[in-house]
Amino acid sequence: MARVKFLCDADRCIECNACVTACKNEHEVPWGINRRRVVTINDGKPGERSVSMACMHCTDAPCAAVCPVSCFYTTADGVVLHSKDLCIGCGYCFYACPFGAPQYPKVGNFGSRGKMDKCTYCAGGPEADSTPAEYAKYGANRLAEGKLPICAEMCSTKSLLAGDGAIIAEIYKERVMKRGYGSGAWGWTTAYHEGIAV
Amino acid sequence: MTMCPAYIRYIIIALAFLTMTAAMPVFAQELGPDGAPNPTASVESESKLLQQLPRIEGRIDIPNQREHVLQQPAGRLWDHFHEVTLHWLGAIVILGMIAALGAAYLIMGRIRISKGRSGQRVLRFNSFERFSHWLTAISFVVLGLTGLNITFGKLVLLPVIGPESFSSVAQYAKYVHNYVSGAFVIGLALIVVLWIRDNLPRKVDIDWIKQGGGFIKSKHAPSGRFNAGEKLVFWFALGAGAAVIVSGYLLIFPFYGTNIAGMQIAQVVHAVIAVLFVAVIIAHIYIGTLGMEGAFEAMATGEVDLNWAKEHHDRWLEEQLSRKRLAARSGQTTAAPAE
Ligand code: SF4
Ligand code: SF4
Repeated sequence: MARVKFLCDADRCIECNACVTACKNEHEVPWGINRRRVVTINDGKPGERSVSMACMHCTDAPCAAVCPVSCFYTTADGVVLHSKDLCIGCGYCFYACPFGAPQYPKVGNFGSRGKMDKCTYCAGGPEADSTPAEYAKYGANRLAEGKLPICAEMCSTKSLLAGDGAIIAEIYKERVMKRGYGSGAWGWTTAYHEGIAV
Repeated sequence: MTMCPAYIRYIIIALAFLTMTAAMPVFAQELGPDGAPNPTASVESESKLLQQLPRIEGRIDIPNQREHVLQQPAGRLWDHFHEVTLHWLGAIVILGMIAALGAAYLIMGRIRISKGRSGQRVLRFNSFERFSHWLTAISFVVLGLTGLNITFGKLVLLPVIGPESFSSVAQYAKYVHNYVSGAFVIGLALIVVLWIRDNLPRKVDIDWIKQGGGFIKSKHAPSGRFNAGEKLVFWFALGAGAAVIVSGYLLIFPFYGTNIAGMQIAQVVHAVIAVLFVAVIIAHIYIGTLGMEGAFEAMATGEVDLNWAKEHHDRWLEEQLSRKRLAARSGQTTAAPAE
């Protein structure tokens, strides 16, 4: 199977936050939790860039390594998923994650965290595919239906790409060649131990 | 990164943690041929930003403002610390201490009261002192075990009891760890207030060290209420206790006043100090129970044997006895207060 990845072409992102909204709607993500977010760098200055970021589904995922209850697993497609039944809400995955992907519902006063929630690459969780139980905890399982993540699918500028890592890297390379510049495949070196040479 | 030798990694980790709190530097602006800022140029290329900064940060529209950090590659370093460095450090320090104490026991055996018991008892710790000690001690053991579970539980306990049971154990352990911390803070504060005076360094401490600290049978090591070794444990407990308390509450209240780098540093400090603390306290427990005859009763009943006191805390005993004599003498003329 292919190794799936995300790629945000920051030179195309117009910070419309549609990916954020689509994600929240598709999975009925609770209030206060954002599986995907858009960060704008150098806001209002020349060279401003916006990057849509969620879980990158890292190679040797740091979140999985540090989890004290080892509740993460990686699918054959390279998607990093976790079990909310096992998670104890310690917050360690957030310290280890280079991209701020893990999110926690607030369950009590101060810093008490509930079960971690993060981008599933629209691939659900350990429950049986496309069941109400899976939906309640992890949201829709589009991958099981043969569809790609909703955020990238409906990105109006096709800035956010999802799919086979080799293919989206190729698309990005072609774009950079054609337009003559590119700010890079954001997060790839940290997430996948590889950049995209153009 | 995966290829480089371990020590280089540690240097990189140390440097990274040092630079992690660095602020945003000024960006060099790329200019077009006409001298105007060039909006299409890839001035904010990711690789350039990562070379300049420990983290890439920007502006964000969602309410959760801590998410304005786009990328913090130091997460991978913290992962390496937590999964490799800490595992080795913890195993070496704690198992090493247990092995060293085992060896000490085999070589020296139990340190006996050389003159045997006199049958006379002297009060060493009153009930409030014992309460403070045991409050700190019990909460320390609970915190130590539940804390070690976060780092070592998945290696030691999880394979034995399975993921579901381990997860519920870890969940309870987390809550216990958070709440029992309060008892530890109170206990430590009491101990410090009660004993700080008697733990101030004195000249006699140098003699105690010169005489082999009571471990050499032919020599007598003089000491006041606390000997130099006990004083070291006291000051270590005070320093390490303060460090784990401060870093621990930073972890309980995540992102209240700290950023992601602050949280990682707090966890590193908490874990490293706690592991050393556990090792030192294991030695303390050994000396107070198995390692030395007549020591445990000081904390159990509060009273020690006169001969034990003579051998281990002679100056303190003299003070106690002369105080008693004084009280007895004044008791002949005035009504003696009930002791
Ligand atoms: S982006 Fe964060 S949460 Fe996702 S796999 Fe990487 S470390 Fe884990
Ligand atoms: S918050 Fe949950 S998933 Fe994250 S490290 Fe802790 S137990 Fe694991």
